[in-house]
Amino acid sequence: MISVKNLKKSFGALEVLKDISIEIEPKEVVVVIGPSGSGKSTFLRCLNQIETITDGHVYIEGVDITDKKVDINKVREEVGMVFQQFNLFPHKTVLENITLPMSVVRKWNKQEAKTKAIALLEKVGLADKADVYPDSLSGGQKQRVAIARALGMGPKVMLFDEPTSALDPEMVGEVLEVMKQLAKEGMTMVVVTHEMGFAREVGDRVVFMDEGYIIEENEPEAIFGNPQHERTQSFLSKIL
Amino acid sequence: MMDFRWDIIIDYLPFFLQGALRTIGMSLAGVLLGCILGLFIALGKMSPLFIVRLPFVWYINFFRGTPLLVQLFLIHFAVMPLFMSPVNPIASVIATLSLNSAAYVAEIFRAGIQSIDKGQAEAAHSLGMNKIQVMRHVILPQAFKRMIPPLGNEFITLLKDSSLGAIIAAPEIFYWGRAAVGEYYRVWEPYLMVAVIYLILTLSLTYLLNYLERRFATE
Ligand SMILES: Nc1ncnc2c1ncn2[C@@H]1O[C@H](COP(=O)(O)OP(=O)(O)OP(=O)(O)O)[C@@H](O)[C@H]1O
Ligand SMILES: [Mg+2]
Repeated sequence: MISVKNLKKSFGALEVLKDISIEIEPKEVVVVIGPSGSGKSTFLRCLNQIETITDGHVYIEGVDITDKKVDINKVREEVGMVFQQFNLFPHKTVLENITLPMSVVRKWNKQEAKTKAIALLEKVGLADKADVYPDSLSGGQKQRVAIARALGMGPKVMLFDEPTSALDPEMVGEVLEVMKQLAKEGMTMVVVTHEMGFAREVGDRVVFMDEGYIIEENEPEAIFGNPQHERTQSFLSKIL
Repeated sequence: MMDFRWDIIIDYLPFFLQGALRTIGMSLAGVLLGCILGLFIALGKMSPLFIVRLPFVWYINFFRGTPLLVQLFLIHFAVMPLFMSPVNPIASVIATLSLNSAAYVAEIFRAGIQSIDKGQAEAAHSLGMNKIQVMRHVILPQAFKRMIPPLGNEFITLLKDSSLGAIIAAPEIFYWGRAAVGEYYRVWEPYLMVAVIYLILTLSLTYLLNYLERRFATE
């Protein structure tokens, strides 16, 4: 599904991703953990080329997205992304947030887009909020709309960058619930999160990153129960 | 001031009103054309390529860094004769105001566009939108709201600056003021009248802009 080969990424002189290789299978849920500044967000953003890659290759379903001849916008239709800060469009209603890319990118007609969008809002439990503006939603509701918006394009992979980190604690659950549901439906997911409960319950694999490298990866039980690397141990001892 | 000659004002009132319409028309045309041109200049100036940016940077430098009167003379006496003869002074004023305001509008657009959170463009790109779609559907609608006050100020500046047209005989408000001075050998009445008309125009515009701002703010 996703194949990353010797990915490197620098911002000027700062080398953030040093040599990352990983294979992600269809329907797999990969949870990425690691200390702040270790390059988790940057890694995720390289998977849909929101950051341009310095070196190495990223293949999505066999297509090398670092190839200049590849239409990156087409690739991005297949790769949904959910951000920590939601990034809903404040000048559009909840419904329009979801239908905008459908009509602009997919060229669906209004009715088609609307029907699909309402179905997605029902799925995330927010059908009654279709006509309000994002400003009037709680953080948890915003993030659920953002998930629905990304799903609207019918992606094959979903990337989540700390989707619950900006939320009040009582709203974390409702967002994780939607993500669990997605995982159950067989969505391929790469999730950067500090929610270890989610990683244990939903993750097929946990990847521990530090200083631009993947230090260790394994099934959740193995990583949490018996971390091999000393840096993993010290990180986990701080957060668990 | 003891013998204020109202009759001069009454005599010239039709000309002043006609001049006021021309002033409004020229400024409006100037700001509209300036907006269109300014948007392209702003986009050009934000290009990641230095070589693409360069001409736009110098366009802005030139039109913000030289006196408007000099620009008007250059355009009226040097540039416009290449395109028409005889040169219509109104066309020269509109061309100068458009080119000049484009430089200011470009900076207003650029500031407005860059004031929108980067996450907006990232989210839109992640949904598969291309650069033009992101600009048109996500960035510009949000930036535009923030650009209304500075664009309004630019319009007011332009309206006042259009009085320079009198020097090349474009028949706007100030031109008729000078004509009245020439006919009656009186300075107070015509020039005061001119000042009052400009004041009425700029104050009405300010009021209109405040109203628009409030409308957009509550939307
Ligand atoms: N656009 C950028 N320009 C320059 N440096 C950047 C940029 N984005 C990230 N960095 C730097 O790259 C490093 C890794 O950042 P990144 O956001 O990927 O870390 P992270 O693991 O997601 O951390 P966090 O848990 O705090 O979100 C940091 O040192 C950061 O300052
Ligand atoms: Mg991060």
